[in-house]
Amino acid sequence: MSGPGTLNLQRPTGRRTFVDVTMRVLAWLAAGIAIVPLVWILYTVISRGAPLLFTAEPDYTRVCTIADRPADKSEAAFQRVTESDCTGANPDASYRWVVGGSYVAVGENLRADTNSVSRDPSGRAGTVVGMPGSEGAGSIRTPSLQWWTTDLGATPDQVPGGGVKHALIGTLWIGLISSVIAVPLGILGAVYLVEYARGKRSAKVVSFLVDILTGVPSIVAALFVYAVLITTLGWSRSTLAAGLALVLLMLPTVLRSTEEMLKLVPDSLREASYALGVPKWKTILSVVVPTAFKGIATGVVLGMARVMGETAPLLILLNYARNTNWSPLSNTMGSLPTMIANAANLPQSYPGADRGWGAALTLILLVMGLNLLARWIGRSGKLKER
Amino acid sequence: MTDIQDPTRVQLPPPNKRPDAAFFGASAGAGFIIAALVAFIGIFLLVTAIPSLRKNTVNFLTSTQWQVGEGDLAFGIAGMLWTTALSSVVAMVLAVPISVGVALLITQYAPRVLGNTVGFLVDLLAAVPSVVYGLWGAAILAPAVQPFAQWLQDNLGWFPLFAPGLASSGSVFVASIVLAIMIIPIVTAISRDVFEQTPRDHIEAALALGATKWEVVQTAVLPYGRSGVIAASMLGLGRALGETIAVMLILSTTNDTSINFSLFAGGETFASKIANNAAEFDSATKTGAYVAAGLVLFVVTFAVNAVARVIAAGGKARS
Amino acid sequence: MSLSKERNDVTMTRLAKLAALAAVGTLSLTACGGGTTVTTTAATSAATSTSTAATLACPTGKLVGGGSTAQKLAMETLTSNYAAECGNKATIEYSGTGSGAGIKDFYNGQIDFAGSDSALKSEPNKDNVIETDKVEARCSAPGWNLPLVVSPVAFAYNLTGVDALTLTPAVIADIFNGRITAWNDTAIAALNSGVTLPDTKISPFFRSDESGTSENMQKYLAASAPTNWTAEPAKTWEGTAGEGKKGTQGVADGVKGVEGGFGYIEWKSATDSQLGIAAIDNGDGAVELNADSVGKSLLAAEAAGSGNDLAIKLKYTDLGAGAYPAVMVTYTIVCSTGLAADQTAVLQDFLTYVVDPDTQAGMVDLGYAPLPEELRAKVATAVAAIK
Repeated sequence: MSGPGTLNLQRPTGRRTFVDVTMRVLAWLAAGIAIVPLVWILYTVISRGAPLLFTAEPDYTRVCTIADRPADKSEAAFQRVTESDCTGANPDASYRWVVGGSYVAVGENLRADTNSVSRDPSGRAGTVVGMPGSEGAGSIRTPSLQWWTTDLGATPDQVPGGGVKHALIGTLWIGLISSVIAVPLGILGAVYLVEYARGKRSAKVVSFLVDILTGVPSIVAALFVYAVLITTLGWSRSTLAAGLALVLLMLPTVLRSTEEMLKLVPDSLREASYALGVPKWKTILSVVVPTAFKGIATGVVLGMARVMGETAPLLILLNYARNTNWSPLSNTMGSLPTMIANAANLPQSYPGADRGWGAALTLILLVMGLNLLARWIGRSGKLKER
Repeated sequence: MTDIQDPTRVQLPPPNKRPDAAFFGASAGAGFIIAALVAFIGIFLLVTAIPSLRKNTVNFLTSTQWQVGEGDLAFGIAGMLWTTALSSVVAMVLAVPISVGVALLITQYAPRVLGNTVGFLVDLLAAVPSVVYGLWGAAILAPAVQPFAQWLQDNLGWFPLFAPGLASSGSVFVASIVLAIMIIPIVTAISRDVFEQTPRDHIEAALALGATKWEVVQTAVLPYGRSGVIAASMLGLGRALGETIAVMLILSTTNDTSINFSLFAGGETFASKIANNAAEFDSATKTGAYVAAGLVLFVVTFAVNAVARVIAAGGKARS
Repeated sequence: MSLSKERNDVTMTRLAKLAALAAVGTLSLTACGGGTTVTTTAATSAATSTSTAATLACPTGKLVGGGSTAQKLAMETLTSNYAAECGNKATIEYSGTGSGAGIKDFYNGQIDFAGSDSALKSEPNKDNVIETDKVEARCSAPGWNLPLVVSPVAFAYNLTGVDALTLTPAVIADIFNGRITAWNDTAIAALNSGVTLPDTKISPFFRSDESGTSENMQKYLAASAPTNWTAEPAKTWEGTAGEGKKGTQGVADGVKGVEGGFGYIEWKSATDSQLGIAAIDNGDGAVELNADSVGKSLLAAEAAGSGNDLAIKLKYTDLGAGAYPAVMVTYTIVCSTGLAADQTAVLQDFLTYVVDPDTQAGMVDLGYAPLPEELRAKVATAVAAIK
């Protein structure tokens, strides 16, 4: 890299202009490359997952079929035929009912892994719909909030339907448990660093260790909690254990953002409070912390966003459950990241795999929503200062 | 009027020192707990790992074996160390130039509004949970880059890094790309901060000397931000070293005990190996072996992060 | 590929029947003849048939089990079908946490039943824990190993134009150890006269996570081809060639993604992914994987437990003609007595549902094999004896 001394003072030559333009193009190119994966991921997740979030398949779809017997007559399958076959055109044709809303094109056999054929469901619970007139393959979905209100307890991976209620509860519990511990501890730690130990040697040591804690991989935090709670104390895996591991990840985020904010609180405010005879603890609690409140809230929300998206500690410290479970002390609990990880191990043709993409979209909405919330809180905080 | 009081006679109640002491104690205690946590992590991992390390029949640091089930314990981390280092370093090589480019674009080249938009979008990358990266990487990205990977193996296979490897697409190469995408927002955010702080004087001085935009960047911005970029890269490296689920969902493992230098080979990182087998942590000795691997990961990330902080602090002190 | 298409259609009709049950939530079970052939009529006549299901008591309560991941799919489907049968009166949760963790959680009283790939061990393990003693302490009575889920393992391959393939354990062992690397190797060609084998490279895939499937397959290879497979059977796969993928579906995807792929996966994954399944020649001629051939090999197994403890020891060699040897049996481990009365009621009712002949016949749809009648009757007796 050339130092300032080598600067050419003449007007830019062709070569200098060329380099300048090249670098400009490269910088734009870098931005393009960096944004491609974001667009690609969002496109994939939305296109695969979005239909699940606000629509539901009917319980049964009525399909006109004939039994497709192979030459040796040993086994049979159902082939879809046109609706008119069932209204008299073909005596062999009859209606059958497919579980869920996906159907194949006319002439195709109902697919073994995704279509389940049912007997006539009339008179039983569940919605039955006929098919649209089209002869191609497709899927029927109607607006519904089923995704948010049902769990997977009665929905195995090869059956459509179900939702994320169980996983959402688990993810919110995990965020709550981590916050309840990490937020007070983080704020107090920041108060210590800024209000009591500023400039002292102890502040440097604590600050350095907080930096190290920021870099501790989540899997290591999980192993640590496993070693303490499960190997040493004999607990079983539980939501509480997973929440405790995530405290380690949330602490530095909360502490750092609180610290930055406390540092910005002008000393004149503190001095005014002292001059009125307010003791230091009361000054901190009623003057300093409230002034920095928005910044602290930003840190808390960012910390929650981080822990809710973590998967590794949940793999080690929590057993995945498909049923709704409200107790954080029981040793099974659903959660969005583990639901996604489970779905990653399913054939892509299974409805369970689609639910994995739906859960991914749900988790992205949750985490990005929290990030945007933090950004908004931070910005409104700045405006107020002005 | 006689009731003008002498200011010296204002009687303030004697300050009650007890709440102050209690509050100091609470906050100092919190600071201490946080600091002690780091030590506790190391100690507990070590204590849990020692019994298994004692029973280990091979060299923990140099062996590539991993026998922790039935029979004698024989486990070593050499294979994992290689895969972890290779995937993270390649991720860094891919991510750092892009991140620096984006940071320069945001701070130097792009109009303010556009720059902020780009910065916002790159920040959003950090909001995608790692399990989603894993799912996408394994299901979508891996098949998409497979033809390119195959071309590299066919045409540049003589180069050890590009030697033919796996039959499937679950290679270190794909894992590195995903890791790179994951660390771009980290490196970009920090680089952007330091570039923004380049003294206006330096830039204007360069401009006054007739420098082109690139020469300004080259002579004023980059030298000023160098230590910040290095520190940011180290932080990104630390993140890549410890990433678990994305790598686990992508990488194929091998039972080949020799270390394969190719990018297109499979393998396991510390984190992916631990998480992959977490469901079968059924005995203390077996768990201890995995905890020992976790301890090494802890030490490595500790070192990388410590170096990053020292570089960052050095940069601050100089400027 | 007409063969695999037919196979696929079989799955469909059977799955259809089961899913109808799952979705319906009435008390009627299908009247299925069992065996391998289910025709359209059998599937559609489900509506009118009546059955033994009236014996279900459907108590209310909550039961948590966990352990073996190999029976996770079976347990998930069985528990949700049982819930449907009973109108969701009881909640039964099964989480795949691994056999070892399942047994540990079970004897520590954290779960109510365990799923395991191997029966409880009566010798001390590495941590000096005797599982049978621990379980006895928890239940104040001996624990029983009930073989409920029989999981055949398919040796699946992806070779365009090859519809049928026969392999021997020795050849399989050599493939997984990298001694046979091409599909037209003379050892494979000798077993498959009449089949045109391409010179494609063999890309073996195995399970990267620890699993009972890997352990059982290695036990099988070590027993039936001891000179070719010398590694000690363990939950981690010890073969030296190829690449590891997480979970049975990971292996299936791997095999499917590479021309010339080969791997051991659960039956259901092989049929779902429409992969070819190799017939096994265990010394008595080639045997295809189907419910009958798996049943034959289960009948040859020896009892390893006594009374209602039904642990069995599979035989891998000298099974006789027509027995498919690559099978794993996973157990449900329960307290013979000792659970709270309401939990016992749910457990007993659920297990009664599972050992019902119709439920067992439906296991084929999930890629598991039904228990042979003789063993099924024994398990039913044991279930009835739980107090």
